Amino acid sequence: MGKLKTFTRRSFLIGSTAIAGGVAFGYYQYKQPQDNPLLKFPKLNQSIITPYIKIDQQGVTIITPRAEMGQGIHTTLAALVAEELDLSWETIRVEHGPASSTYHNAAVLEEGLPFAPTNNGLMANSIRKLTKIPAKFLGMQITGGSSSIVDAYEKMRLAGATARAVLIEAAAQILKVDKTTLFTYQGHVVSSSGEKISYSELAPTAQKITPPTDIQLKRKEDWKLLGKSLPRIDMVAKCTGTAEFSIDVNADDLLYATVKMNPNLGAKLIAYDDSNAVSMTGVKQVINLNNKGVAVIASNTWYALQAAKNISFTWDNAPYPASTDEMFEVVKNSFTEEYIDSTLKQEGDVDSAITNIDESFETIIKGEYKVPYLAHTTMEPLNATVLIEQNKIQIWAGNQNPTQIVKEAEKITGLTPNNIIVHTTYMGGGFGRRAEMDFIKYAIEIAQHTKGKPIKVTWSREEDTTHDYYRPLALAKFKGVSTNHTIKALDLQLACPSVLTSQMGRMDIPLAGPDVSIVQAAWEQPYNIEHYQVRGYKVPEMLPISSWRSVGASQNGFFHESVIDELAHSSGIDPLTCRLNLINHHPSKKVIEAVAQMANWHTKRPKNIGLGIAFTLSFGVPVAEIVEVENTPNGIKILNVYAAVDVGIALDPRNIEAQVMSGIIFGLSAAMMGEITVKDGKVEQTNFHQYDAIRMNQTPNIQVKVLENGEKIRGIGEPGTPPAAPALGNAIFAATGKRIRELPFNKSINFV
Amino acid sequence: MDIKVNGKTHNLVVDNDMPLLWVLRDELNIKGPKYGCGIAMCGACTVHIGKIAVRSCTFPVGQVYDDITTIEGLGTPSAMHIVQRAWVEHQVAQCGYCQPGQIMSAVALLTKNTSPTDSDIDNAMSGNLCRCGTYPKIRAAIKTAAINIIQEKHTMSLIGTSAEGDSNG
Ligand code: FES
Ligand code: FES
Repeated sequence: MGKLKTFTRRSFLIGSTAIAGGVAFGYYQYKQPQDNPLLKFPKLNQSIITPYIKIDQQGVTIITPRAEMGQGIHTTLAALVAEELDLSWETIRVEHGPASSTYHNAAVLEEGLPFAPTNNGLMANSIRKLTKIPAKFLGMQITGGSSSIVDAYEKMRLAGATARAVLIEAAAQILKVDKTTLFTYQGHVVSSSGEKISYSELAPTAQKITPPTDIQLKRKEDWKLLGKSLPRIDMVAKCTGTAEFSIDVNADDLLYATVKMNPNLGAKLIAYDDSNAVSMTGVKQVINLNNKGVAVIASNTWYALQAAKNISFTWDNAPYPASTDEMFEVVKNSFTEEYIDSTLKQEGDVDSAITNIDESFETIIKGEYKVPYLAHTTMEPLNATVLIEQNKIQIWAGNQNPTQIVKEAEKITGLTPNNIIVHTTYMGGGFGRRAEMDFIKYAIEIAQHTKGKPIKVTWSREEDTTHDYYRPLALAKFKGVSTNHTIKALDLQLACPSVLTSQMGRMDIPLAGPDVSIVQAAWEQPYNIEHYQVRGYKVPEMLPISSWRSVGASQNGFFHESVIDELAHSSGIDPLTCRLNLINHHPSKKVIEAVAQMANWHTKRPKNIGLGIAFTLSFGVPVAEIVEVENTPNGIKILNVYAAVDVGIALDPRNIEAQVMSGIIFGLSAAMMGEITVKDGKVEQTNFHQYDAIRMNQTPNIQVKVLENGEKIRGIGEPGTPPAAPALGNAIFAATGKRIRELPFNKSINFV
Repeated sequence: MDIKVNGKTHNLVVDNDMPLLWVLRDELNIKGPKYGCGIAMCGACTVHIGKIAVRSCTFPVGQVYDDITTIEGLGTPSAMHIVQRAWVEHQVAQCGYCQPGQIMSAVALLTKNTSPTDSDIDNAMSGNLCRCGTYPKIRAAIKTAAINIIQEKHTMSLIGTSAEGDSNG
């Protein structure tokens, strides 16, 4: 195993022969059954049939080992198990469960592959299977990439069905009847003569039974819970203030702290003067955090926050350019041979199509698009609570990657993984931010100074906004040729720092090969354009960056779909029809047709009303959105948004709709007003007065339609976001004639 | 200093200028009101002083002039307030972090105005940020709650009692 680990660690090469080489090597181990982490903490009379199900005298608890950050994942994961196990929805209890590689996410790496999701060729599919192997060895229990459902769809139904088979076997032994005469109903095994035994009563017997391997899953037609809109498991708690976020964790003798880190991100703390702070009410201690910043420990978070403002610092400068303008210069200068990262799309011959045009019926359009850095600003500021006692550490944190926390805690404290306990709470938003480890590492480092006493470390909103791992800035250059009613050529060049390199670097996993996220949602779009090239340039890292809801698709959806719109208009064709004509992929065509119908696209509007369409395929989900705006004397008002999405199989339609709405509002917020800028090496925006998002008064009506034509089941946390910005930009163009090539739009136009 | 929260009086020894939010959360362990921004820009910390919705993150505890109600004082999972029931009916919450503040703002609105128009809702609710974008459902839930309040008042008046208890928690 030691050797195997070295191998996979060293060569984490997505979709290349290095992984193929690893297969023969790793396949046997990959097929080995996983440890069941629940068995580490056995309780009397509790039956643990699979890592996902605990049965005791109180009933059944389902382990839903993905981060619940608002997307409703606990509800849908529980439904997968409950469906097969025949539980009644009202009785279900869920727990996030412990951090364990058993709960690794095998689907999360798929989006990084150089195969379009519309490519179901043998090669593409076998490489997809292979990515599950490094995912298992990396053991990442990660929530992200809209992959939880893809990963769990079979796994968790199998867990439910396996448990059901074991419980039936247990009942057969107790009743001394043939197990084929037994069935299950709402948490009970029932015999043909009408005897009923609850799962709880069966638990002690079930514990001794070896689970069978020949498990049959229910047919889709027989589903009772899946495919229906279920009341969310966390809803009542979240509407009564009783849901516990990590910021709400309480404990005896709890201490409170906050941090103040160098705002020149990544640079050192040179000196500080805390003489005013230490004498303030409630302050217990100010500590130097590894020369990166300080922590203030106090008896109340507010005392800590106040004291932190009264410390003066001398900070070292950051290694990156000091202003946003200079940073964009770096991006601009990266469109050279040296920085080419990938050319994953290459159809026809763009160069000659662009140089040899016939001006009598062809038009060339060229231009540049630009998007800024963005912050995540989850509603719950970053925080974590840590208790170190003797040889044991407990960490309470809303997080998207608990197995990584174990590794970080091991590194900092030297404790063994067995003595590192992670409690993953509800989180007040994630959007990618809570997959990062900084806030947890600081809390562990601080807790080393308060051994025996739990400490809660809460960042101020200002610290949170100015110390993010941001969505990268990016530039796009395009050249296109429009001809009679269609698009003949498109050359799209995308330059952006690599999220994957930045992220994996922090986890000590070097990345080989291209970062597909640089060209995500551009290179694999299902357009049949005769001459079509998409090239990615990897810009040197400046501000630290990370995944931000929909990752590369968040900017590339805007670039690609604005450009398609420009070319469609120039060719004199209706932009929606243009897309339909160029797209062959059936589920993609269907979402465009559906959204056209929802919006009555072809119905003429008054001159000051504009409709904009955008289509983006991301995370395997085709999404078409139409935004309807009004050009009022005071600015643009967004009236309506229509969206059609295809998730293959819709497990919980209402929740899918809610995710799409959420994704749209997230995308519109960024497009209208989201911008992080840097001055003198520091992020300028500190709080919601400078980095705001849509409020109730600007929220349009939103209608969502969920289709199921796709080839396989897909996740929907992110795909709603990418088309929102281009659909808005295209609508603004339709209403005003103004084509805005830079985000946020409010730099060029007013919104009301 | 004494303050009364959700019907219970607490004696405190803290700075007079400590914002009410941090008294509730870190001194009294009342965790429904949330910290979001600390500068009255997001509404996550909204509580009632008397019947008025206030941003507790910027309200010094020394200036509290009336009884305080937090989301916990509004209703409980087994006995929810009429507005909370509408929230559950519309399955409003996503991450849920902003929702205690949203609900407290909505209750304050509906206490003054039982049939709010869309622009009344915009005015009363735009101080409450939701990064998950649950606004369309919040709007729908407020409208449902408004109808239910009127209906319940009507039913109560028919049987000769007042609906006050429910709509005020
Ligand atoms: S925390 Fe009070 S308004 Fe944001
Ligand atoms: S539900 Fe997440 S911020 Fe509102």
